[in-house]
Amino acid sequence: MTTTVAAPWLLRAVRPLGGEPADLLLAGGRVAEVARAGGIAPTTAGVAGGNVLDADGLFALPGFVDLHTHLREPGREDAETVESGTRAAALGGYTTVFAMANTNPVADTAGVVEQVWRLGRSAGHCDVRPVGAVTVGLAGQRLAELGAMATSAAAVRVFSDDGHCVSDALLMRRALEYVKAFDGVIAQHAEEPRLTEGAQMNEGSCSARLGMTGWPAVAEEAIIARDALLAGHVGSRLHVCHVSTAGSVEIIRWAKAKGWRVSAEVTPHHLLLTDELAATYDPVYKVNPPLRTAEDVAALRAGLADGTIDAVATDHAPHAPQDKDTEWAAARPGMVGLQTALSVVIQTMVEPGLLDWAGVAERMSLAPARIGGLPDVPVDARSSMGVGAPANLTLFDPEARWVVDPAGLASRSRNTPYRGMTLPGQVHATFLAGRPTVLDGKIR
Amino acid sequence: MNRHLLSTADLRRDDALLVLDTAEQMARLSDRSVKKLPTLRGRTVVNLFFEDSTRTRTSFELAAKRLSADVINFSAKGSSVSKGESLKDTALTLEAMGADAVVIRHAASGAPHRLAGWVRGSVVNAGDGTHEHPTQALLDAFTIRRRLGTVEGLRVTIVGDVLHSRVARSNVWLLRTLGAHVTLVAPPTLLPHGVADWPVAVSYDLDAVLPGSDVVMMLRVQRERMLGAFFPTEREYSRRYGLDADRAATLPGHALVMHPGPMVRGMEIASEVADSARSTIVEQVANGVSVRMAVLYLLLGGAGADERKPDDQYGEVADR
Amino acid sequence: MASATPSSSAHRSEDGSTTGREDPGGEGGATRTVLAGADISRIISRMAHQILEKTNGGADVVLLGIPTRGVPLAARLAARIREVEGTAVPAGSLDPTMYRDDLRLRAVRPLHVTDIPDGGVDGRVVILVDDVLYSGRTVRAALDALAEYGRPRAVQLAVLVDRGHRELPIRADYVGKNMPTSRRESVAVRLTETDGTDAVLIIG
Ligand SMILES: [Zn+2]
Repeated sequence: MTTTVAAPWLLRAVRPLGGEPADLLLAGGRVAEVARAGGIAPTTAGVAGGNVLDADGLFALPGFVDLHTHLREPGREDAETVESGTRAAALGGYTTVFAMANTNPVADTAGVVEQVWRLGRSAGHCDVRPVGAVTVGLAGQRLAELGAMATSAAAVRVFSDDGHCVSDALLMRRALEYVKAFDGVIAQHAEEPRLTEGAQMNEGSCSARLGMTGWPAVAEEAIIARDALLAGHVGSRLHVCHVSTAGSVEIIRWAKAKGWRVSAEVTPHHLLLTDELAATYDPVYKVNPPLRTAEDVAALRAGLADGTIDAVATDHAPHAPQDKDTEWAAARPGMVGLQTALSVVIQTMVEPGLLDWAGVAERMSLAPARIGGLPDVPVDARSSMGVGAPANLTLFDPEARWVVDPAGLASRSRNTPYRGMTLPGQVHATFLAGRPTVLDGKIR
Repeated sequence: MNRHLLSTADLRRDDALLVLDTAEQMARLSDRSVKKLPTLRGRTVVNLFFEDSTRTRTSFELAAKRLSADVINFSAKGSSVSKGESLKDTALTLEAMGADAVVIRHAASGAPHRLAGWVRGSVVNAGDGTHEHPTQALLDAFTIRRRLGTVEGLRVTIVGDVLHSRVARSNVWLLRTLGAHVTLVAPPTLLPHGVADWPVAVSYDLDAVLPGSDVVMMLRVQRERMLGAFFPTEREYSRRYGLDADRAATLPGHALVMHPGPMVRGMEIASEVADSARSTIVEQVANGVSVRMAVLYLLLGGAGADERKPDDQYGEVADR
Repeated sequence: MASATPSSSAHRSEDGSTTGREDPGGEGGATRTVLAGADISRIISRMAHQILEKTNGGADVVLLGIPTRGVPLAARLAARIREVEGTAVPAGSLDPTMYRDDLRLRAVRPLHVTDIPDGGVDGRVVILVDDVLYSGRTVRAALDALAEYGRPRAVQLAVLVDRGHRELPIRADYVGKNMPTSRRESVAVRLTETDGTDAVLIIG
């Protein structure tokens, strides 16, 4: 979103989508030239001295797009700011994040969404696209000024009360209908509130043993089924946030088979972790929707592989220490995830053979960009690496292994559930409109 | 056994029997005129109660005092805790006071587990949310063993609000470990969703289960549960799941009736049953002190793993 | 409650006796039998006679064995006294564990039964019975424990083996066998009731 045109960069011997090594010339914010490795001479390409990246061994994917990021600003700058959150995003290979509306004040007016959008522009680490609240104050009572947010400088297309479910069926219907006027989408946090009163973790064998109030799968599935039927009825776009159960995957598969305009996302943590972790009573594992069972994890992976689930979204949810260093019930739900998303996707999807690199490009970049209504989205993974594509790129070493150290993450908060885990894949460089935001794994 | 007593699920059979055997010796000592023992002189036990429970707190206090430990009652009310101090900050305060053991009662399941990660001393779970109440289960097993000679092979029926009961959970794991056969009886709304994975039988029909029970444990049913639509009315609950005299008469002659207290007479248990010869309700209170003495002795009566001399780890070197 | 399992009760080491080990020489030290079954039986008889002599025919005597092996020794002494004199001397047990001054030096010790015979200890002559007398700390703890049950007219001490190395001003009134040892050695008493055989071994 920078207005100045970036200086040209030459990426040498990079492997687009994990394929054959190639030289990529980035100029004018786009991919200007693609040639066999060694095919573009730095001297002839008009590239300034330092702007050559020897990318031997690195894979390139289109820059990731996160549909679900909590940047916490305004309101909880002790947990995260637009600056710190977008640094984490860039380091995780992201070039766009959708900033959720549950800030304080809530992003339910043109004024607040424009403030967040401007903070994103001035930080400059990645594009920040504010999500607007569906209802005033996330209270689920009255529609917020959706149109005003859509026509503001922030050009909001995604609306969500995330953190809360738009549980009133009539209000949900109206919201779905209303945003058709500006091709908006309602991103629903699917949680039937009466079925989840006091809920702490997935309802099942573990919650029974641990004596914690259960968050039943049906509380998510019932809302998804209802909303899919509503979306089908009014012909609107519905996006389902953080799908977490096997039953949800089935319902979404069914809704898509009907031809309804339903899309869905899954978080990295729901692809990897299970509710057994709650036995530690460490709230670093407390998240909403909660970690589910191994069967759910398997169904989510299968759903992401076959496209039933369109996108990976982090639900990056930073929390200050005092909101996590507590007993489980008192802790706030959520996990940071921007810097670990690619690694978890590699471990859970690529390494088991469920997704190839083009598939990762689709699920982590192209599909979320389309769902979020971004302009200029390449039609497929191949063209995202071709001449004329926006020069939003993520370069990473798929062979690298790294140990997650919470203190080493760029987020202001430390609540990663992957502490001490060794994960595959490390982001080396991120280019946003042809300009490096990350080089050598460090913020530029 | 571990440094802490957080859950009966962590207790191996040997550990559980050691607690019961030790409690037996403690009970004998409690029968003599001089009840005080010098054993834990110089040790500090903190009672950290975030929920009011005079009964349990007093029992732990008496147990610690009989062993000559210094006891600090740190009740949440009127302390910094009620002014919003976090559990972690409270833990650091106790740590600074040099607590050798913290006995914690808390409304949040798992709070004792968290505390155990923040203090060096031993943590004893005196009831956490709807999770566990290990010393209650130990004193129940102790009471059963004193009355019936053994726990092994007995058919124990637990009746009532299993869903919200920390007593039920601790008893299920401990009784299983000690070889009893447990049947849970409750309306389906008051059984946890994952109960099928527990090592128990489940029934909705109290009358069918009572004649085959050696022990029946009645759980307290809180009237508030009605508001959550767990059952329609007190009257209906009492008719279907209350232990009245007619029902108690269908129990085998030797069968015991237990209740962890405080009981709601007329709701889950009729007065004439609570006061009958089969009832162990008063003994349970006395046994609670012996069992808690045993637990405190076993946690604090020896060297901590870090204070022990390397030589002594096998316990075979002469006491020098 | 780390290492205190019931099985470790077989490894109780009162005043230097290493007990309950199948292969006491396993750590490389030599093991030699210093008293055999017949010796022990003769010693019990002699001690029974000494007790009768010194207590006026066993009048008002209560024998209290210190667990584990002091308890069967007390019972044997009582039986022998009855055989010799026809006097029924009550025998019981007294567990001093919770009165020890060295609890914090070792893993927690399992408790043993305290069984004070009917009639109590007030005004009686209590004879504490143990297998091995070593540092004297067990006896000191037993004296404290005993005081909680009443006020005996006199307290005496009977031990099967006195191996020396006292750390407290305590001596036995009846000694089965004085057995000079080095501190590096251990003395193991085996009794039929607890170990299936009667013997006293020196290990080390
Ligand atoms: Zn959400």
